[in-house]
Amino acid sequence: MMGDADLMIPPDVPAIRLENVTVGYGKQVVLEDVSLTIPQGAFWAILGPNAAGKTTLLRTMLGLLVPQKGKVEIFGRPPKQLGSWRRWIGYVPQHHQAALVRFPLRAYDVVMMGRYPHIGLVRRPGPEDHEHVRRALKRVDMAHAAQKPWFSLSGGERQRILMARALAAQPRLLLLDEPTAGVDVAATQSLYELLRELHQEGMTVVVVSHDVGVIAQYVNGVACLNRRLVAHGRPEEVLTQETLETMYGCEAVFLHHGGVPHMVVRRHHKP
Amino acid sequence: MDLLWWTYPFVQRAIIGGVLIGLLTAWVGTFVVLRRMAFMGAGIGHAAFGGVAVGLLLGWDPVLTATGFCVVVAWAITVVVRRGALTSDTAIGIFFAATMAFGVLLLGMLQTTTDLFGYLFGSVLAIGTADLRLLLVAVVAVGAVLVALHKEFVALAFDAEYARVTGLPEPLLDYLFAALVAITVVLAIKMVGLILASALLVIPGATALHLSRDFRTLLGIAIGVGVASMVLGLGASLVWNTPPGATIVLVATGFFVLSWVFRRV
Repeated sequence: MMGDADLMIPPDVPAIRLENVTVGYGKQVVLEDVSLTIPQGAFWAILGPNAAGKTTLLRTMLGLLVPQKGKVEIFGRPPKQLGSWRRWIGYVPQHHQAALVRFPLRAYDVVMMGRYPHIGLVRRPGPEDHEHVRRALKRVDMAHAAQKPWFSLSGGERQRILMARALAAQPRLLLLDEPTAGVDVAATQSLYELLRELHQEGMTVVVVSHDVGVIAQYVNGVACLNRRLVAHGRPEEVLTQETLETMYGCEAVFLHHGGVPHMVVRRHHKP
Repeated sequence: MDLLWWTYPFVQRAIIGGVLIGLLTAWVGTFVVLRRMAFMGAGIGHAAFGGVAVGLLLGWDPVLTATGFCVVVAWAITVVVRRGALTSDTAIGIFFAATMAFGVLLLGMLQTTTDLFGYLFGSVLAIGTADLRLLLVAVVAVGAVLVALHKEFVALAFDAEYARVTGLPEPLLDYLFAALVAITVVLAIKMVGLILASALLVIPGATALHLSRDFRTLLGIAIGVGVASMVLGLGASLVWNTPPGATIVLVATGFFVLSWVFRRV
């Protein structure tokens, strides 16, 4: 096993740092010259319209995509040199590849996979791992569904199980890709409440979303993306009419309810 | 053949070989089905033709040469797909046609009257003691890897990207699994031939998926179907004097159809 020193992440390094990152597929540039630093303990949203490159940015942060130009660091290290620190990353993907297959696993087994990087190769889960799985299931309010087959779950339930899988790893950094896509209002609300709790417990949380309205009330940092980084910083400073117009074109409307900044993205409906 | 067909030594060797191959192909094949790699199995089976030809040309053992050859082809396909250069179906389509054409070319140069039919359709009744020894070694080796890395291969099949993000050695596991598929398919060639080898890989797992939602039960059913298809197929081919490879595959297909009719999942 690795020594403790190797498992410790220095508290002063940023969770994520991007420097002049350009990402593309062949000649098509998806992200251009993005520089961004997310400190540990932050709760950030990456916002932008469809096809703004949000998922590409997230995949670049995770080291799944290698930028054509620029530098990526997670906990102060390049993604390829993360080594055992990877176990501290929690990731909740959007479209799940196994969702279409009748995969013969129960919800519990899926959550247990979050423990695999901690358990190590060849070894089997121990009592501690089962405890983490039970706690994670409870946290996403899915303890009752632990023994249900994965493929019998609804889209929203699967999303929560994948969330529990990430939580079972006790991540220091949690990244979520459009976690509220196709999820109802109540579930969206409870997910954001949970993310706020996790953030208060010291976890770094990064959420990719096109849903500007709700999430801005929870996060303490936003990055507005539309191929380039339009703006980033504290939500009340960043989410101005100007930024939103740059990001969404003329679809964005910024509203103030009393002192609380709040905004909606209005679609233009022609009568 | 009389009713005591199972007392002949060559039949007994065939049955033992069939049980071993049925076990191995169903076990590896369950993961192949879950990873949606069925075409990989078919591709490797055809690539084995090139490997057999190389072996015959150089005077090396055709089965061992084909094993090495197919592992290299499986890795080449994996490299190309992982780099995103080609989708897997395209990569496999190109590689298997090219390696098979290469084999045909080599055999044309060779101009021998080697029993090609045996490699194409299997030569189950020609299984010797040496073949069985090799098979046993392969089953133990591949089985040991599958037992040791069971949870890792399940994780890889379920969500390879997540495995990679959280630090499992996902590329290593992917290449290792490609090698296991190649070894398994080549061994199955002796039984049913390279054209039908991939059927043994796919049908038991696909059958079991109809019947269980629990991974371990599923694996057990798949192996049961794989072994039963072998034994029943061999028996039927001897009793009714039909081609063994094709009979085995059709028995397995029968199991698949039954599982579909009586599916519980």
